[in-house]
Amino acid sequence: MMAHLPFLPVLIPLVAAVLLLMAAKADIDVKRGISAIAVGILVTAALTQLIVADDGTVRVYRLGDWPAPYGIVLVLDRLAALMVALTSVLAMPVFLAATSGTDARGPHFHAFLQFQLMGLNGAFLTGDLFNLFVFFEILLLASYGLLVHGGGLQRARAGIAYVVLNLSGSALFLIALGLLYGLLGTLNMADFGVALQKVAPEDQGVVAVMCALLVTVFLLKAAVLPIGFWLPQVYTAATLPVAALFVIMTKVGVYALLRVTTIGLMAAPFTADLLQPWLTWLALGTIAVGAMGMLAASSLGMVVANLVLVSGGTLLLAVAEPGAQSIAAALYYLVQTTLVTAALFLLADALARQRGDAEDQLAAGPPLQNYTFLGLLFLVFGVAACGAPPLSGFIGKIMVMQAMEGSVHPALIWTALILSGFVAALVLARAASVFFWEPGAPGIVDKPSVAYVPAPGLMLAMILLTVGIVAVSAAAAPVAAYTRAAAEQILARDAYVSAVIGDPAAVQREKRP
Amino acid sequence: MELLVSVALGVLTASGVYLILRPTTFSVVLGLTLLSYAVNGLIFFGGRLKAGAPPLSVPGLTNQTDPLPQALVLTAIVIGFGMTAYLLAVALKAKSESGTDHVDAGETR
Repeated sequence: MMAHLPFLPVLIPLVAAVLLLMAAKADIDVKRGISAIAVGILVTAALTQLIVADDGTVRVYRLGDWPAPYGIVLVLDRLAALMVALTSVLAMPVFLAATSGTDARGPHFHAFLQFQLMGLNGAFLTGDLFNLFVFFEILLLASYGLLVHGGGLQRARAGIAYVVLNLSGSALFLIALGLLYGLLGTLNMADFGVALQKVAPEDQGVVAVMCALLVTVFLLKAAVLPIGFWLPQVYTAATLPVAALFVIMTKVGVYALLRVTTIGLMAAPFTADLLQPWLTWLALGTIAVGAMGMLAASSLGMVVANLVLVSGGTLLLAVAEPGAQSIAAALYYLVQTTLVTAALFLLADALARQRGDAEDQLAAGPPLQNYTFLGLLFLVFGVAACGAPPLSGFIGKIMVMQAMEGSVHPALIWTALILSGFVAALVLARAASVFFWEPGAPGIVDKPSVAYVPAPGLMLAMILLTVGIVAVSAAAAPVAAYTRAAAEQILARDAYVSAVIGDPAAVQREKRP
Repeated sequence: MELLVSVALGVLTASGVYLILRPTTFSVVLGLTLLSYAVNGLIFFGGRLKAGAPPLSVPGLTNQTDPLPQALVLTAIVIGFGMTAYLLAVALKAKSESGTDHVDAGETR
């Protein structure tokens, strides 16, 4: 069983999704049951991976026992284990929140959810570039289904834009992969770095352009400035529990960028500095656009969607800065920001349920029923989101700022990080005062207060996320030590390469035509 | 031969990009289809242009072609086909709800 451990986070959701498709006509409780069991097993497997991977060995799972670099491999190291664990842990509150009603609006919600988890986990675990493309497509196809789940014209329209955008992105991905294979003769990630070192000088230009194209595709997924404007519209069109799950999708882009840079691009001198200096500027621009979007937002969902942009920009700032310290900071920040933004989306859902037509708009609505509980949650999530002490947002931001000390423009980057935190604090404080302090203001809303329907799943989901955020804050030292070890592990390329393909010189190469 | 293939892929890509930028979803779907033809061709020819060579390693046969791009292109075709079908389904749904094929259908102006 342990030998097959790296494959389990892909296999479990796949089996569950197939079962759910077969049970398409079954009662919603049956589907929830299957989905709950699958998520439970998945979390167990993912946490086991997290512990197992901490011994520092790079575990390679050869599908069909084909030797790499010819066959497809899954690779389990600390980074992959961390991302899979984060995805699986996030799946719990998303599942719980969806069971509070939104999952019954269409027949296939849980099947899509499981396919999405399969694609996400596969993308984090795969050690092959073409397989990464395939898992990207699986998670995208599931996300298309989840996005339009619930119906309505707005979702269909957002769905068309999102699908067209991602199909174009996939075309770019395939162009890059096709030409990289043609030029390098390999698509295995470990072998990719080795092959980059041997590129003939006359081919280096084309290879660099194709690597840049690959990076562009990942930046599209990560929603970076010139190609990130799709995010707020798509996230706010989806039902809010789905938006909470989508938070992890931008992180897939960041992960893929990190993986391909450390294992591939940094191996050869002509691609090592491909990301610099422009990625820092794009990340700063993303933070600025996100902050402005937050100020202009008219609903809490839109605020949080722009918060996702800001946190994506912050992450890329750290990724653009080479070195273990900045990658470790980025990974810690990634974990906490994913939990916090997902929690805020769920909170927006909880608020919207009680406010009738006012939904999560930043306008006065009917008085809230359990406002003490929701208000406390808002305080916790808000403090974590804007990076105020003592919660994880503060720790994450401090780590990123420390890692940026040696960069080219530390003052500029620090200003951007602090200002974006202030903007988040301002906007969230204004939202809180609208939601909790001025309900039912005369002349604005004359609708009667909406009947309060308790949503135990949603409440439990938010409590789980609160526990998660507090745990990541209280256990910041061990989590940061793990991310530090993960950063050092992915920077130690030779260990990864020798685990996957052995001695690169001993690999039998075919004669290229 | 190289020139012919390059020009064909270039024309397909250019037409695809032009159609994707059109304002009706039908044109966009056609554009994406053309673009995916171009991309599939590119992957296939990325394995080098070679006529009369099997993608197999047969003892005694010296002239062979790289089999992997053929496998890759097959995957890409299947995925592209599925995605296009899904896009058509969403586009039809949007059209039935808004009554128009415009990409911004139903947008509040």
